[in-house]
Amino acid sequence: MLNIPYIDEILYANLESKIYLGRIFIRAKIKMDELETQNIELQLLLQAIYLKYGYDFRNYAKASIKRRILHRLIKEKFSNISAMQHKLLYEVSFFERLLLDMSINVTEMFRDPSFYLALKKKVVPELKKYPFLKIWHAGCSTGEEVYSMAIILKEEGLYDRTQIYATDMNELALKKAKNGIFDISRLKQYTANYQKAGGLESFSDYYVADDKQVIMDKSLKKNILFSDHNLATDGVFGEMNLIMCRNVLIYFNRELQNRVFKLFFDSLCTDGFLCIGSKESIRFSESSDAFEDVVKNEKIYRRLGAATN
Amino acid sequence: MFEAIVIGASAGGLKALTSVLGALPSEFPLPIIIVQHLHPHSDSYLAHILDTKCQLKVKQADEKESIVAGIVYVAPPNYHLLVEEDRTFSLTCEEPVKFARPSVDVLFETAIYAYRNKLIGIILTGANNDGSQGVTKIKKMGGYVIVQAPTTAEADAMPQAAIAATQVDEILPINQIGPYLLQLINQSKNRANF
Ligand SMILES: C[S@@+](CC[C@H](N)C(=O)[O-])C[C@H]1O[C@@H](n2cnc3c(N)ncnc32)[C@H](O)[C@@H]1O
Repeated sequence: MLNIPYIDEILYANLESKIYLGRIFIRAKIKMDELETQNIELQLLLQAIYLKYGYDFRNYAKASIKRRILHRLIKEKFSNISAMQHKLLYEVSFFERLLLDMSINVTEMFRDPSFYLALKKKVVPELKKYPFLKIWHAGCSTGEEVYSMAIILKEEGLYDRTQIYATDMNELALKKAKNGIFDISRLKQYTANYQKAGGLESFSDYYVADDKQVIMDKSLKKNILFSDHNLATDGVFGEMNLIMCRNVLIYFNRELQNRVFKLFFDSLCTDGFLCIGSKESIRFSESSDAFEDVVKNEKIYRRLGAATN
Repeated sequence: MFEAIVIGASAGGLKALTSVLGALPSEFPLPIIIVQHLHPHSDSYLAHILDTKCQLKVKQADEKESIVAGIVYVAPPNYHLLVEEDRTFSLTCEEPVKFARPSVDVLFETAIYAYRNKLIGIILTGANNDGSQGVTKIKKMGGYVIVQAPTTAEADAMPQAAIAATQVDEILPINQIGPYLLQLINQSKNRANF
């Protein structure tokens, strides 16, 4: 192994290569070792977070997590991840900052309007057959998705017989969701989304606004229960007719995705619906056979009868 | 020997990409991964158009998809495209970086972790400076960087920024990038067989 760079150096130098100069190549070798070390540090850091604070990021997709952690590292001028780990273990406030870095809460009302159109067309008629409904928003972030669903349920006459559970692991996001107050700068887009999603009324019926913020109507909140739930570590808490978990699974690796699909399977009634993000798919997971497509492009699935795994 | 190519393009990118990819044969030996800045709601039309215009197979990158040689992958609009070390894709919807999502810098930076010094980065036309950090990191790692000659770019800010950011390997007119890639890869292959 050790003399490989030298062999390459001679070869490439003889060929007058513009691609590699020997010196650069050797420097690159050293850099590679640094990257290996960094990966070890990253693993240790995630382990430390789990052991000390109980948040389990160990099975998240690595590239994004790494980017986020390095972002904090540069911002607070640490020389390496190990140095950061020390602070993490001894300063809760530092962990809280890092936790905020690691959670991506980007969301909007009626995100992907075509999804909501499909939901109204293909899922709502089925939901109308039930006398009582339970809906779970897993990874609801600051709640825009939950209020969007509440509006649809209201317009379809289903709201009063529905219990909505809105969960996230990020307590700050949940708090915002509970408040139901959003920045006015987003209003134009939300209104456009509502219309594209086939909204039946005027979007302004559902909020009051001042010059800074939009406050969602209280009546939308009546049947929503906001609570803390971590998909990586927590379990089933009820039998749902519909689970919505959009743009959360993309942050997980295959293993964790499998765990969460299994959790959703166990949390759904037979024929219950599962809605995931437009760039996510159940088709390569272990639970693939346990769900059938309802609207393929919009990633709306339905749980089949007997457990298959 | 190189193992992957990453390309960043913005304003005027469609024409530039067509030119580069159009010069490559269907049995091109490396995967090519592209971030082209697009309108967030533009769907998958870019992949479709490029697919009809070049011999290589072009598709939108899927979450967790394994990266395969000879296929051109395009980032979906409104998501960042990241390369994992096991050479699969991840997507994220985190905030735009330098106003861009997908971001060229994010793709390049994560591709470096997966491909180390076996990566070729290419910056094409664009009216911002996305990608300049990415090419700097590729050079630091010992990879190879090609930039479209600003005079041949519909918008020259992005190539200019890349050239200013680091010592790039080649600055080429758009119509020479494809042929140059073929030559570069054949050279490095011959060297590996030597
Ligand atoms: C990008 S947001 C998606 C919000 C919304 N579902 C949407 O599609 O607009 C991802 C959310 O998933 C949450 N999340 C990430 N990992 C989680 C976990 N292990 N358990 C519960 N929520 C998680 C984050 O806190 C964040 O609020």
